[in-house]
Amino acid sequence: MSRFGGALRSEVTKITSTRMWWILAIIMVAYIAVCAGGAAALFGAVGPHNFGPSMSGKNLAPLIYSFGPTLGYVFAVLLGALATTNEFRHQTLTPTFLATPRRGRVLVAKLVALTGAGAFYGVLAMIAAVGAGAGLLLAFGIDPQLSDPATWALVGRSVLAMALWSAIGVGLGVLVPSQVAAIVIVLAFTQFVEPLLRLASSFAEWTAQIGQFLPGAASDSLVGASFFALTARPGGPTLEWWEGGLVLLGIAVVVSILGWFTSWRRDVT
Amino acid sequence: MTAGVTIEFSGLTKTFGAVKAVSDLSFTVEPGRVTGFLGPNGAGKTTTLRMLLGLVRPTSGSATFGGTAYRDLPTPLATVGSALEAASFHPGRSAANHLLTYTQAAGLDRERVQLVLHRVGLGAYGDRRVGGYSLGMRQRLGLAYALLGDPRVLVLDEPINGLDPEGIKWIRLLLRELADEGRTVLISSHLLSEVQQSVDEVVIVSHGKLIHRGSLASLDQSEQKQVIVDATDRAGLAAALGAAGYTVSPLRGGVLVDNAEAADVGRIAFAAGIPVTALSQKRVGLEESFLHLVGEEGAL
Repeated sequence: MSRFGGALRSEVTKITSTRMWWILAIIMVAYIAVCAGGAAALFGAVGPHNFGPSMSGKNLAPLIYSFGPTLGYVFAVLLGALATTNEFRHQTLTPTFLATPRRGRVLVAKLVALTGAGAFYGVLAMIAAVGAGAGLLLAFGIDPQLSDPATWALVGRSVLAMALWSAIGVGLGVLVPSQVAAIVIVLAFTQFVEPLLRLASSFAEWTAQIGQFLPGAASDSLVGASFFALTARPGGPTLEWWEGGLVLLGIAVVVSILGWFTSWRRDVT
Repeated sequence: MTAGVTIEFSGLTKTFGAVKAVSDLSFTVEPGRVTGFLGPNGAGKTTTLRMLLGLVRPTSGSATFGGTAYRDLPTPLATVGSALEAASFHPGRSAANHLLTYTQAAGLDRERVQLVLHRVGLGAYGDRRVGGYSLGMRQRLGLAYALLGDPRVLVLDEPINGLDPEGIKWIRLLLRELADEGRTVLISSHLLSEVQQSVDEVVIVSHGKLIHRGSLASLDQSEQKQVIVDATDRAGLAAALGAAGYTVSPLRGGVLVDNAEAADVGRIAFAAGIPVTALSQKRVGLEESFLHLVGEEGAL
């Protein structure tokens, strides 16, 4: 157990000892704050009642806070993917595996460390979304729902979603050790491929049944609110929040296990 | 210092597809000495060391530290220190943090970081990011990593590569010191001349096969002795030596006499009344024996 503790501490030091984590964090916080604040200002200025019932009263604040995970998750995935692809790119797997010859221990330590880092990113993302969003809602005289326990449950589920996304990034980085390829896959899939698939799947009932298991859709189900849901088929199927969480966890575990066989346990030359 | 650890290679073999990179290698490396693991580039040295350290899986055979495979060592970094290549660093991480991550992973005392940085002469540069390091500094940082756990065995792949003359002198002393402390030291090189002042024993491989194993002196097996001699009357000297039955060949600065002793050559010149301006015994060098052993392919 203490050896796992050492491997875990080592992985945490690896994250904090280069500049990448705070550069990504600053960009993420700024991006979320601008979007959540901007949306709150827009709806506040126009008046939520002009957008129909989906935007009225209690629905608006959670939608704005959900900018945290829906915009932030790509940063969590990148953080996780960089943590593993950096080891391949800079050939630090050699000293890593020399210090901890049990490679499974290294991989699990990395998954745990990055899950924690993802949760930390989640906290930052929610500070940005709730801070900017609630501030501007209040400025326009709209109740930011901060006294509603449901709001804080959403914040907690968002942090969980970010943590799981970071673990998915670790697994992806093991499965696709090329850093450039991994970054391209993350950006293309999250920003382009999946949104299109989700839109396409919403056209028919049977495709919508599949579409709800797409990682972004599962993440929205876990969080419990998303602007994406507004464009989806009304009354279409969605997972329970815990089902969405299990889908994300399952993806993290499956890509990590696949990566174990395709790259992690291979010869390090 | 606790008892020494012997490195044991036994029938170690690795094939990559159809290529046999390492073929049935068996030898031992004893504590208290510096052993040079020599061979031309592509002879399978790095693959052999990576199999020893559990990074590459052997096709067959084994490599152990006193019978224990690397991955089964209870405290790997405190038993075996290794430096494999000069590029295994994240350029954005400081040297001290680089070492700290592995200190934590291996459960070592974090004070070791500054200790080894000072030992390799990087004490003043520990907080700098490795991206700004010169090749020589990276070599030293690699060594610092190897020394992190104060190990009884050191495995260093081409440790002299990239060091300046001062660095080479320094590492020779360090290797000697480590061996004298009873540690097992195995260093690889593709140049005998690079390590011949440091090593006590040599293991020579070529094309993945063991071709020589013994002390450094055992390499100098040649009975052949040559003499280099020169005189103002070079033609007369050559003729006199030829008449005495020696094979001579012209050099830029004199003539080369095969199978000769300097005393005999001097006597012949004296008898012929030719004053010599230079006379020296030349032994067929270690390097030539080495090149002869590894064959023409050695000149890669």
